[in-house]
This record gives sequence, structure tokens and C-alpha cells, in this order.
Amino acid sequence: MDKQWRFYRPYRSPFDPCVPKRVKAYIVPPNQFMPFQPPGLRTFSPHEALRRGTLWPDLYSRYNPPHREEIDP
Amino acid sequence: MWIYEKKLQYPVKVSKCDPRLAKYLIEQYGGADGELAAALRYLNQRYTIPDKVIGLLTDIGTEEFAHLEMIATMVYKLTKDATPEQLREAGLGEHYADHSYALYYHNAAGHPFTITYIQAKGDPIADLYEDIAAEEKARATYQWLIDLTDDVDLQDSLRFLREREVIHSQRFREAVEILKDHEGEKKVF
Repeated sequence: MDKQWRFYRPYRSPFDPCVPKRVKAYIVPPNQFMPFQPPGLRTFSPHEALRRGTLWPDLYSRYNPPHREEIDP
Repeated sequence: MWIYEKKLQYPVKVSKCDPRLAKYLIEQYGGADGELAAALRYLNQRYTIPDKVIGLLTDIGTEEFAHLEMIATMVYKLTKDATPEQLREAGLGEHYADHSYALYYHNAAGHPFTITYIQAKGDPIADLYEDIAAEEKARATYQWLIDLTDDVDLQDSLRFLREREVIHSQRFREAVEILKDHEGEKKVF
């Protein structure tokens, strides 16, 4: 599981009209932990960087939402 | 002055005929947190921001137009061959009545773009915090758009655009750090 995801369990009512999601997920991208980018960070190869949209693996965030079964087996 | 390069910043491949998705993608075209709003916001704020970060606003504002062009390409590809009936079924009947196959700056709900989406406060910190918020909201919009399609090629382009929002947010927050100007303070980094 991508470490950028966070989880919480929202309140469930005994009278929820739809099948409740027991676990909800949201993403926190890595830029939130870097106040100012330090020099000398490792880089992707140029081709890889053009594909991913960033030169910096430490700032790369792939949005792959977890499936329901993964977070609530 | 700008120099135009006649290619997209990142390839746009649409592999699934799904005109309805065009209705949703238009959010990033003429919506409050869309690319047009972003470009106009940054390029306008440049004049009254300290010299050190003008270049950043120029660069990012310019890139937003490259993103706008990618979104336009997606919308165009998804709608250009649809019949009026298909557009109607996709929820684009109202759009067709007013604009035919033309693109227009409005959001997914059809509200026309308004310049009140953006602010220029003239206070560097206030303006940069608006920019950071705009980037995070655009990133979120891309997440919901990725959720709304199962076209992996389109998702690929949307993921690229989303990552650019992550980087832009990073740079704007660095701009805030630069403007804090710790010179003269006894501060150890």
C-alpha cells in the first residue's frame, strides 16, 4: 500500500440508507513534508521524469486509490 | 512575450469513446480551480509581488496555459465525432444548443467562467497562500476526474497534470519561505 494514503473510520448510523463505507481514505502528497527542497536530491532519468511529471522521486505522488477490499477486508 | 511550441506538454491519448467525460473534464477548463483561472491568477499577480518570485509566477502561469491546451484536446477528442443525440445522452444537450461543438469556458455544471474565481490582494503572503490553495484544489479535481474514468490512457495524462499541481504547490510554498526573508535573524537552518 502506498504510504501516502491515510485512513479513518467515519461514524456509522444504524439507519444508514446505503451500505456504509467503514473505512475512508485520503491522500497526503509528499510536498506536505518538504518546507524547502534541499539540494542534491536523487532524480529520475530524464525520460522517466518527463513521463511522471517530476524530476524528483521524493516529490512523486501516484494517485492510485486503494480498493475497498484492501482497506476494509 | 511568449514563444509558442507547437506540441502538447504531455501527450493526450483518449482510447475510449465517452462524451460524458468531456462534461466533467470541462471543470478544469473553465471551473473555479481550473487551468484558465490558475494562469490568469498567477500572470496577473506578478506585477505586485517581490522581484524574487516574479519569475516563478511567470513560469507556472505559462505552464498552466500548456495544461489548458491539454484539457482542451481531451474535450475536443471526446466530443468531435459525437452526434447531437449522443451529446444529448451525455448531458451535453444544453452545451450543444448554445455552442455546438465549440469549447466554452464553463465548469462541469455549466456555470460560465467568472473572473471573481481569482483574487489579487497585493499582499505577497496572502496572494501566495491563495496560489497554494489553488494548486491543492486543482490536484483534488484531477483525483476526482481520474476516479470518473477507466480509460487508462486518459488517466495517464491526468496523472501527469496532477503531479504538476503537486510540484507547483511545492514551489509556491518555497516562495513563501523566500519572502519570509530570515536575513538578520539568528536562525540555523
